[in-house]
Amino acid sequence: MTDLSMAPSGLAGRSTFRFSTTETLKHVVLILGAIIVLMPFYVMVSYSLKSPAEIMQNTGGFFGLQEAFRDDYCIKLGNAVADCMVTPAIYNYTTAFAKAPLLRYLLNGVVITASIFFIQVLVALPCAYALAKLRFWGREAVFGLVLFCLLIPVHAIALPLYIMLAKLGLTNSYAALVVPWSISVFGIFLMRQFFMTVPDDLIDAARMDGMSEFSIIWNVMLPTAVPALLAFAIFSVVAHWNDYFWPRIVITGNRDLFTPPLGLREFKGDADGDNFGPMMATATIIVTPLIVAFLIAQRRFIEGITLSGMK
Amino acid sequence: MVPPERKGNGVMSAIKLRSIGKSYGTTSVLQRIDLDIRSGEFLTLVGPSGCGKSTLLRILAGLEVPSSGEVEIGGMPVTDVRPANRNLAMVFQSYALYPHLTIAQNMMTPLRLRDLSTAERLPFVGPMLGRVKYQQIQQQVQETAKVLRIEALLDRKPGQLSGGQRQRAALGRAMVRKPVAFLMDEPLSNLDAALRIHMRSELAELHRSLQATFVYVTHDQAEALTMSDRMAVMMDGNILQLGAPDEVYNDPQDIRVAEFVGAPKINLLAGNLDSDGHARCGEVVLSRVTASRASEKVSIGLRPEHLALCAASEPGCLSGRVVHKENLGADIYLHVAIDDGLHRMVVRTTPQEGVSVSLGSDVSFHRLHGQAMVFGADGKRIQLADAMSSQVPEVA
Repeated sequence: MTDLSMAPSGLAGRSTFRFSTTETLKHVVLILGAIIVLMPFYVMVSYSLKSPAEIMQNTGGFFGLQEAFRDDYCIKLGNAVADCMVTPAIYNYTTAFAKAPLLRYLLNGVVITASIFFIQVLVALPCAYALAKLRFWGREAVFGLVLFCLLIPVHAIALPLYIMLAKLGLTNSYAALVVPWSISVFGIFLMRQFFMTVPDDLIDAARMDGMSEFSIIWNVMLPTAVPALLAFAIFSVVAHWNDYFWPRIVITGNRDLFTPPLGLREFKGDADGDNFGPMMATATIIVTPLIVAFLIAQRRFIEGITLSGMK
Repeated sequence: MVPPERKGNGVMSAIKLRSIGKSYGTTSVLQRIDLDIRSGEFLTLVGPSGCGKSTLLRILAGLEVPSSGEVEIGGMPVTDVRPANRNLAMVFQSYALYPHLTIAQNMMTPLRLRDLSTAERLPFVGPMLGRVKYQQIQQQVQETAKVLRIEALLDRKPGQLSGGQRQRAALGRAMVRKPVAFLMDEPLSNLDAALRIHMRSELAELHRSLQATFVYVTHDQAEALTMSDRMAVMMDGNILQLGAPDEVYNDPQDIRVAEFVGAPKINLLAGNLDSDGHARCGEVVLSRVTASRASEKVSIGLRPEHLALCAASEPGCLSGRVVHKENLGADIYLHVAIDDGLHRMVVRTTPQEGVSVSLGSDVSFHRLHGQAMVFGADGKRIQLADAMSSQVPEVA
């Protein structure tokens, strides 16, 4: 009896990985989901490394053979064939930077997303503080309006916004890219939810110490709200860095104001056909800063999300 | 603790609350409270939760605006003055230290805001502009830290401290500004039992050495009894009784005060007043007559320590069955279900007496002379006619 009962427990001790159907199923589903999400990125990175012929014929695996190929455009300019042999990966990435002022676009992207986020915080923190911690007539109604605004899709108000900016003569300017996003109801909502969890005692202590209400916002609430702000930063920065719709509407002529997603258009619909290699190289360059930022902030980001209760 | 270099605040710190009322919508939280707080005293506001004691303190601090009435500090009306300009310091139950600042920075904050100009508060430039002031502030923080023995903690953040240490840091932040009065809102509630009892004596000592006015809010009647010079028992937005702790304990003017103060609770027996003013409950009759001659229903209050075990044969004894026994070491409290089936009473015995009493056994006890309190049907105390000479032995 003892020997028999020893055997299974010995087995269990040796291998803690026991086969479980539900666990396996879970993982299969998750792996499928991961493949669906990652596949486009795989294609993007792969194309950014391959030659046009390899892209068209779908050969060469992930990296392609990296065999030098003839750059027709270079020959058209009257160069010798020997000078126009290029390695696909190098060609794609250099063309991305050469054909479009990609650095300029990236800089525009940084300036715009940073200013949007800065102004959003500047507006959202006092609003959220008032909605969470001050008692005034109509507070619940105002908060109701905030929730209501969360439901309005951007595209619904795009046209009136455009007309307003056009009348003010602000189209084709940084202001046109920044001003419409300066008030983020989502930011107000998120920060308000976070501020509700800050104990009233802390604010009263600050008042006893002699802080004004604004000073409480910037010196007490802001430092305690860093995790929530980080979560909001990710939402805001990702949304506006990747935004193609709005810049496409208000930036019509001036290429100096293009944001990175607009830069992708440079490779689309040329007379000599789509140039997928450099286009995918551009896309790779555009998403890299976001992915790096996310990896760095990942832990705090998840903290912020869980703590604001919006999983 | 080493007394810091400061004198009492003299007449300047007397606080007067005049007919303070506060209501939220239709619910009235405070009803016309009048309270004179003497300079340098330790006054405790005590009452069950929801009695309005914290609201009263917050009105005094300026964090709430009263619906009616006025607040005066040192003879100056301050009802419309901002909290910071009243020069009061408050210690909160949750300590409310700024989590992102070190303890030293926490303690500096009130001084920075009071003593430095806006330019001097700027980072980098500020310390150069107001170097002397910064040194003074740092020195004050050091001195206070020394008094509270938290010098070693000055560079830590509140999150790295234990509850007791945070408590001290919060006290330090209150002390550095040398306020007119300290307001404390249940500051010991978040500490564990042993530390709470230790901090009681430490706070009382601190009060003696600072000679400042302390207004202390608590729901714990033991804290009120042990620390205060005077205590105000509050219930339902009213102050029921204001007086020294022993006065409130020994001579409660209201049945609710008698019930609230003292642990275990006072025993109350339902009884009647007869026509010559004797209060009687069943066979027990108080010999002393009350001033009131009207025959009405009364409650007779007897504290557990005013009861003693006796032999069943003695006259005037109540008997019952022991249903619960609380051993506190120095005392044993017997919970006795009285034979009339209506009352349960708590009797204090010495360990010598109590140890031999087993659960479920029958005991008899009588009251010690001259200690019973009689409360009328309206809850008010009915004075006994010879209350002035309570030494007179009372014969049952």
